[in-house]
Amino acid sequence: MAAGVAAWLPFARAAAIGWMPVANLPMPVAPTEKNKRQDEVIILNVSGRRFQTWRNTLDRYPDTLLGSSEKEFFYNEETKEYFFDRDPDVFRSVLNFYRTGKLHYPRYECISSYDEELAFFGIVPEIIGDCCYEEYKDRKRENAERLMDDQEDNKDAKLPNMTFRETMWRAFENPHTSTMALVFYYVTGFFIAVSVITNVVETVPCGSAPNQKEVPCGERYTVAFFCMDTACVMIFTVEYLMRLFAAPNRYRFMRSVMSIIDVVAILPYYIGLVMTDNEDVSGAFVTLRVFRVFRIFKFSRHSQGLRILGYTLKSCASELGFLLFSLTMAIIIFATVMFYAEKGSSSSKFTSIPASFWYTIVTMTTLGYGDMVPKTIAGKIFGSICSLSGVLVIALPVPVIVSNFSRIYHQNQRADKRRAQKVQKARLARIRLSKAGSSSAFLHSKRNGLFNEALELTQLPYKMSLSEQSSTKEEQHLGKSSSLLESQHHHLLHCLEKTTNHEFVDEQYYQQSYLEGGLQNYPPRSPSLSSQDGVTGTCCSRRSKKHNTPLRNASAPAHMQPLTHPQTHHHGLQELSTIHIQPLSTSRSSLNMRIDEPAPLNCQSSQITTAIISIPTPPVTTPEGDAHLPTGPSHQNVVKVSAL
Amino acid sequence: CSHAHPRSRRLSPLFLLIGSKPRRCSAFPEINDGAPVGWDYFSRLSTRRLDSVEDELELSTVRHRPEGLEQLEAQTRFSRKELQILYRGFKNECPSGVVNEETFKDIYSQFFPQGDASTYAHFLFNAFDTDHNGSVSFEDFVMGLSILLRGTVQEKLIWAFNLYDINKDGYISKEEMLDIMKAIYDMMGKCTYPVLKEETPRQHVEVFFQKMDKNKDGVVTIDEFIDSCQNDENIMRSMHLFENVL
Repeated sequence: MAAGVAAWLPFARAAAIGWMPVANLPMPVAPTEKNKRQDEVIILNVSGRRFQTWRNTLDRYPDTLLGSSEKEFFYNEETKEYFFDRDPDVFRSVLNFYRTGKLHYPRYECISSYDEELAFFGIVPEIIGDCCYEEYKDRKRENAERLMDDQEDNKDAKLPNMTFRETMWRAFENPHTSTMALVFYYVTGFFIAVSVITNVVETVPCGSAPNQKEVPCGERYTVAFFCMDTACVMIFTVEYLMRLFAAPNRYRFMRSVMSIIDVVAILPYYIGLVMTDNEDVSGAFVTLRVFRVFRIFKFSRHSQGLRILGYTLKSCASELGFLLFSLTMAIIIFATVMFYAEKGSSSSKFTSIPASFWYTIVTMTTLGYGDMVPKTIAGKIFGSICSLSGVLVIALPVPVIVSNFSRIYHQNQRADKRRAQKVQKARLARIRLSKAGSSSAFLHSKRNGLFNEALELTQLPYKMSLSEQSSTKEEQHLGKSSSLLESQHHHLLHCLEKTTNHEFVDEQYYQQSYLEGGLQNYPPRSPSLSSQDGVTGTCCSRRSKKHNTPLRNASAPAHMQPLTHPQTHHHGLQELSTIHIQPLSTSRSSLNMRIDEPAPLNCQSSQITTAIISIPTPPVTTPEGDAHLPTGPSHQNVVKVSAL
Repeated sequence: CSHAHPRSRRLSPLFLLIGSKPRRCSAFPEINDGAPVGWDYFSRLSTRRLDSVEDELELSTVRHRPEGLEQLEAQTRFSRKELQILYRGFKNECPSGVVNEETFKDIYSQFFPQGDASTYAHFLFNAFDTDHNGSVSFEDFVMGLSILLRGTVQEKLIWAFNLYDINKDGYISKEEMLDIMKAIYDMMGKCTYPVLKEETPRQHVEVFFQKMDKNKDGVVTIDEFIDSCQNDENIMRSMHLFENVL
């Protein structure tokens, strides 16, 4: 329940008078405020800065430090104030949370100091309001990544018991781990450079004999170049095979970009080996040699900048696509226009629209080779428009790509939006859980509340057997768990139940009883047990496995109806009730005899077990050994039986 | 230099291309707080309109200040301190001083997480809004509470009658009662035991009319209502239930 709404609880309870004339059942007793004290201003002294607020404001969240009795540890008797030796700036946000119900994260605050303050005051960061939550999560993620990077740098210590394979893989991935790895790293880099330079020099025309035309070096020193090529390819092959051997997941390694580049780099050589001296395919063979230039991409293992460039281009795919698309549009438009404009002039180079493409591209990118120029006036006009618009169209997406590169370069490994959405989903799920917790809190405390009532009701005839102190002590012990606000809220919900003569149950039991709806009459008094057994087999199979025996409580008093819903665990009932604390069991059985109410209450009160109930939502669990009372439907969550 | 959100309202033409506000101090034109700007950004540029006009309209909100503390003290049965506490809670949730129906429904629905409290909150709102101006001011609020918490049983019953009498004609018809009953059952939600059936509210209305409608003319007048309630022990007892609230 939100903080501010707590102030409206008196109104909601007063409005419940509207239900009274409609109700047919007596209403439950209202919870009394045991010590009703006047609302007072309390002073919170945080490192010298004094904050003052109402005590009720802090009581809105009883599971935090300021809302619970934990703050008494910080009470200073002489100055009559609570002193906290913490940061007063962050405390401002914390206190505003109590006042407004919303927790805000100030931008200028350091994320780790903020987290520490929240942890100190017992506030869960998930309840940060939507306005500040994105910022908080982003900062937290950045911080975590920075810490992780720092940790990785320190992780150079060699882990013991690493297999040879793992050592090799680590050496390949991170050359700084050992000297051997560093040597290997530099050697491969050297050979990549040698191979690239060889490819380049091969085509340079070397000095030739005067009577022959110039030949490229490759053809003059064929043997030398072939030997160098062979050496490089052998090194690359060995390296690739070693990487393949060391990879933890070979299939994934083979699909990675770097290994594909490796394969493409060395394949032409082997294909060339296979099909030598075959005139028909020599043309294709020559083409294959072009692929040798891919060896230069192997440098990207050695340079992080290259990798980031590649990653940038990949991530800017949509911008690049847009650039291409807009350029294509403009090219087609202007090429068409230029073609028709220049159609009239004689000896025009603009022979067709595709021929005009070349002119348009050269003009739009402001290259201006000059091999094709318009001669007509109209052509010149459109040509100038073309070059002006080319500047604009290209200038648009380029800053985007640039900024992307700079951002990625500064924060490599930035999480993408998909991960943020997953976090968002997880956060919403957590908020939903905590909200569901409030409704199941009612179901949970209903048991305790009824138990309290039972104690109160049964005190009269059993005053002899129960000592007064023990009963009140138990009452206090059980009532202490929920705040006054909560108990008043639950009383309100209980009144509604009495008005409508229906009870709140949780989702699972509702679904089961809905499925059995055809079998049960209303009010549920008919014990059609066998049919229900069949039904329970279908739904809620996990939980119903233990509860196959329907109740036949022979010892129940005569007017008690036998149980209709099947999933109750009863064997050993008698033993359990005797093992349990004496006063409680007697009071419970007497409760069964005394209460005379119609259908729902009676039916369920015959189930008396001391099983543990665990409610699906995490925040609310009943303590062990707590007996539950006539709320049989929610009993369906029973998972274990307490071994009392 | 903290840059504002680039999806800003002002479209200075010069900076249209970069999409940033003029006063930017980073070297790179950092676009869109770092996320890559894609095709959708460009398409959105063409469809954006100036929203400033609508912003101005939102600024003028309703503000209401209640009468003085002494007057309220005289008109209601609350003490000064109680009025102070009530007003603080009221103003906290509704800083503008009045509650409109939407806020009222929101607040009331928070107390009933399992069901749908909006219909009943609508009837409650009409019951509190005695001058029918569409909003509940603090005076209305406190008057209603004064009757409910500190009034005599007679006054409380009259208030309840007014709640049920939706069209305020002095009679509760079966249809009105059925609406109210459905609203109450809606608050229970879906997950109840026993399962809520379609005719449950109708049956409940029948029981109610059997008890209240003495001359069996199909409507309940205020005198019949008060008489029947005073003869019912349960109802009389439950009227005193919330007296120690606040």
